Amino acid sequence: MIRCIRRAAAFCLLLLVALLVNAARVQVFEADALDSNPANRRTTIERYDQPRGNILVGDESVTGSKDTGEQLAYERTYRHGPLYAPVTGYASQTYGTTLLENAEDGVLSGTAAVLAPIPLWGDLTHSRQPGGDVVTTVRKAVQRAGYEGLAGRRGAVAALDPQTGAILALVSSPSYDPERLSGTGSSVTDAWAELNRSAGKPMLNRAIRQTYPPGSTFKIVTAAAALDAGVVEDPDEETDTPSPYVLPGTTTTLPDEARGCENASLAEAIRVSCNTVMAHLGVEVGLKGMVRAAGRFGFNDDDLKIPSHVARSDFDTDMSDDQLAQSSIGQFDTTATPLQMAMVAAAVANGGELRYPHLVDRVTDHDGHTVRRQGSDTYRRATEPETARRLQRMMVDVVENGTGANAAIDGVRVGGKTGTAQHGVDNTGTPYAWFISWAQNPDSGRPAVAVAVVVEDAAADRADVSGGGNAAPIARAVMEAALAESD
Amino acid sequence: MTATTADARPPELRLPKRRGVELSLLIGAVLISVYGYASVGLARNDAVPPDVAGYGAGLGLLALLAHLAVRLRAPYADPLLLPIAVLLNGLGLVLIYRLDLETPRDQAATTQLVWSTLGVAFFIAVVVLLRDHRLLQRYAYLSVATALVLMTVPIFFPAVNGAKIWIRVAGFSFQPGEFAKILLAVFFAAYLAANRNALAYTGRRIWRLQLPTGRVLGPIVAIWLLSVGVLVLERDLGTSLLFFGLFVIMLYVATGRTGWIAVGLLLAAAGAFVVGSLEPHVHSRVQDWLDPYASIDAGLGAGQLAQSLFAFAAGGMLGTGLGLGHSILIGFAAKSDFILATAGEELGLAGLTAIFLLYALLVARGYRAGLALRDPFGRLLSIGLASILALQVFVIAGGVMGLIPLTGMAMPFLAQGGSSVVTNWIIVALLIRVSAEARAPHPGRTETGVIAPIVEEDPPDIGHHRGTGR
Repeated sequence: MIRCIRRAAAFCLLLLVALLVNAARVQVFEADALDSNPANRRTTIERYDQPRGNILVGDESVTGSKDTGEQLAYERTYRHGPLYAPVTGYASQTYGTTLLENAEDGVLSGTAAVLAPIPLWGDLTHSRQPGGDVVTTVRKAVQRAGYEGLAGRRGAVAALDPQTGAILALVSSPSYDPERLSGTGSSVTDAWAELNRSAGKPMLNRAIRQTYPPGSTFKIVTAAAALDAGVVEDPDEETDTPSPYVLPGTTTTLPDEARGCENASLAEAIRVSCNTVMAHLGVEVGLKGMVRAAGRFGFNDDDLKIPSHVARSDFDTDMSDDQLAQSSIGQFDTTATPLQMAMVAAAVANGGELRYPHLVDRVTDHDGHTVRRQGSDTYRRATEPETARRLQRMMVDVVENGTGANAAIDGVRVGGKTGTAQHGVDNTGTPYAWFISWAQNPDSGRPAVAVAVVVEDAAADRADVSGGGNAAPIARAVMEAALAESD
Repeated sequence: MTATTADARPPELRLPKRRGVELSLLIGAVLISVYGYASVGLARNDAVPPDVAGYGAGLGLLALLAHLAVRLRAPYADPLLLPIAVLLNGLGLVLIYRLDLETPRDQAATTQLVWSTLGVAFFIAVVVLLRDHRLLQRYAYLSVATALVLMTVPIFFPAVNGAKIWIRVAGFSFQPGEFAKILLAVFFAAYLAANRNALAYTGRRIWRLQLPTGRVLGPIVAIWLLSVGVLVLERDLGTSLLFFGLFVIMLYVATGRTGWIAVGLLLAAAGAFVVGSLEPHVHSRVQDWLDPYASIDAGLGAGQLAQSLFAFAAGGMLGTGLGLGHSILIGFAAKSDFILATAGEELGLAGLTAIFLLYALLVARGYRAGLALRDPFGRLLSIGLASILALQVFVIAGGVMGLIPLTGMAMPFLAQGGSSVVTNWIIVALLIRVSAEARAPHPGRTETGVIAPIVEEDPPDIGHHRGTGR
């Protein structure tokens, strides 16, 4: 009997060993795989168990967090949600994050390594830091001027500080309140469905994620290419251009809407927006030269991040001459985001040096100590300084004596370029009204702001649609706001 | 038949009773539980729960009363049994209280405390009233009759979560099958003790297996089949597995025939296969065990077993800390069948190992008492009771951790469940009683210390001690 008892005891010991080995299997060896199983809600629960850090415009927080007392405790709230939605994006418990909420999620949710007191602290302690704050470069008044200028019409505004690349405004219209997507449940899914159904596509960030044919505003790039390539030596010298211009290798003629474009000089062509002169110049510069010039301004860049990803602006690299001619006036396959065209204006204003656009000024920990600061980085040299100076003069002429008169501001040096982009099948769509510009206080040595405005459904009467008429006043309001804040 | 402990014995043979050790360990067990209770409150509300003193005092008072009963009526009892029971019960209360915080509409800790108090009352009653465990031998047939009645009654009550094992009266539900465990162990022990020689040495021999005569084996197999059959009808598969294992172990220990183990294992495998493939409730459990993540792959989210594994994994080596895990995601059985997942998540592998070792110690002490005892009934009873604990811990822990298919059963002392906690207290009381008998000095017994048992070939007849120590 004794021997049997001992054996039974040994059997019990075997059961214990089996349990311990199995516990080690689950808790140690398979733990990582189980932790990262998508059906494991722990990560989600922990993510929302502390308030999220805030996104700031100036010293004002445009976001907040509220404790719902539910399993996913903290929900995102937004102040002036529709105004800043193109900046913040949403942070939804149901649909994830977008834009800054997405790009700076590590900081806002407290998992970013920069927030840890010492390196690897979080890994060692399995702890998270309180969410840090993200201070944007956006200026409240500039943002509001763009938003109110669009007044609910479809369109976008992007404004930059040409000297630093800081984004002063990023407006998309119509907009939405990201708070509607914050939590969980049917109100959120209903809001999501409604926003996605809406014809105005309110969740589309038109300023950085939508590309449009840039129309005549692209002529600044073509002009820069022509000057840098030496195709044009003197902007005021007559060019050898017929009007209308027969596209090379075709019988298609390109007309001018403006008068006096035949053999017009480059400066004149910019001032009154001659299609023929600029198309011809593009062909003379050649495909390679045009592609290089566009690339120096930021076209064909797949990796532009502000830190949210910016949609690629396109200038085709493989075209026939007639296509190149159309592309050189911002038609054919050429497309650009509003931010891209603001970068064009900014490069000109900043003497040809293009700064990397950025939306985040600095990141602070929960106690307000700066843990990361965004410097001003050169993106590319877009043009020679001399070319930039000449382009500036031409753009000022557009505002003072040309199509951009609506952007003029008393006592301020303003340069601009209008654009009216045809689109749709056989150009039947309502044209997009473009305006790009920059402004500099006369007593200031540096430009204060560069702006791009696009208005999609500008007016009911197609004939009235023009960059000068619809987009320029918005650009002026934005520039005035930026000038008032600078210096 | 009875050799009471009241016999006069020479003073020089007095053994250390170690009641002081027991008291110190009890104080430690209560303090650990109070610390756990306070740490849940600190983790969740940054404050010690207001009733922590009441909880500590309550648990302490229960422990003290139990200790006094042992000190007065079973002074030679194993000093580890009671502290382990108090610690496990205290820890169980902490875990249930902690899970209550997640389910504001379903508070279970207070009820569990009431049942624990009742359990300790039963413990005291058993220790005080049962002067000699051999008295139970007389009631073997009453025990088995009661057990069968208890197990049959729930058939007439509605099923809860697929199993008909509850009786609901006046808002209280209780699981009579739990008590049946003890009664059946008593019966097996008594019957096997009385007939073990007949079982071992008579009957025909087939190949290497010595079969006892049907007259001897028949009744016990019938009763065992009946109880397992009833449980299968009630879909209480954990308990039927437990009874099966209990029967095989006790039969093996009583007869010393290894063949019984083989037969038992074969029958268990065959039975498990048949039930597992035919019975839909069990079939789904087996499917779950084979692929805990099937429902995730099907896009339906994590099932209960997957949630349990997530909880264990989240605990890792050291755990998240009491109150800081999310094992409530497991759902409705989090406080009962799956309580171990909360322990695994919040105390980690370290805490879980400690808990397993506490159970192992409890089982080992039961086995040790069995080894030290000289009466076959006492031996078989203590082995049976210890094996109940061991098998139950293995079946439920293996189930919630994906080692074996899940069968609903309560983790002894830890899990929410009134009948379970009362039953476990009675088991510990009986182990206290047999260990007191095992460790008490006996006249005429060659003193070899507490640890070394008397090694002897048992006499064929029971009741007389013919000590023929080696």
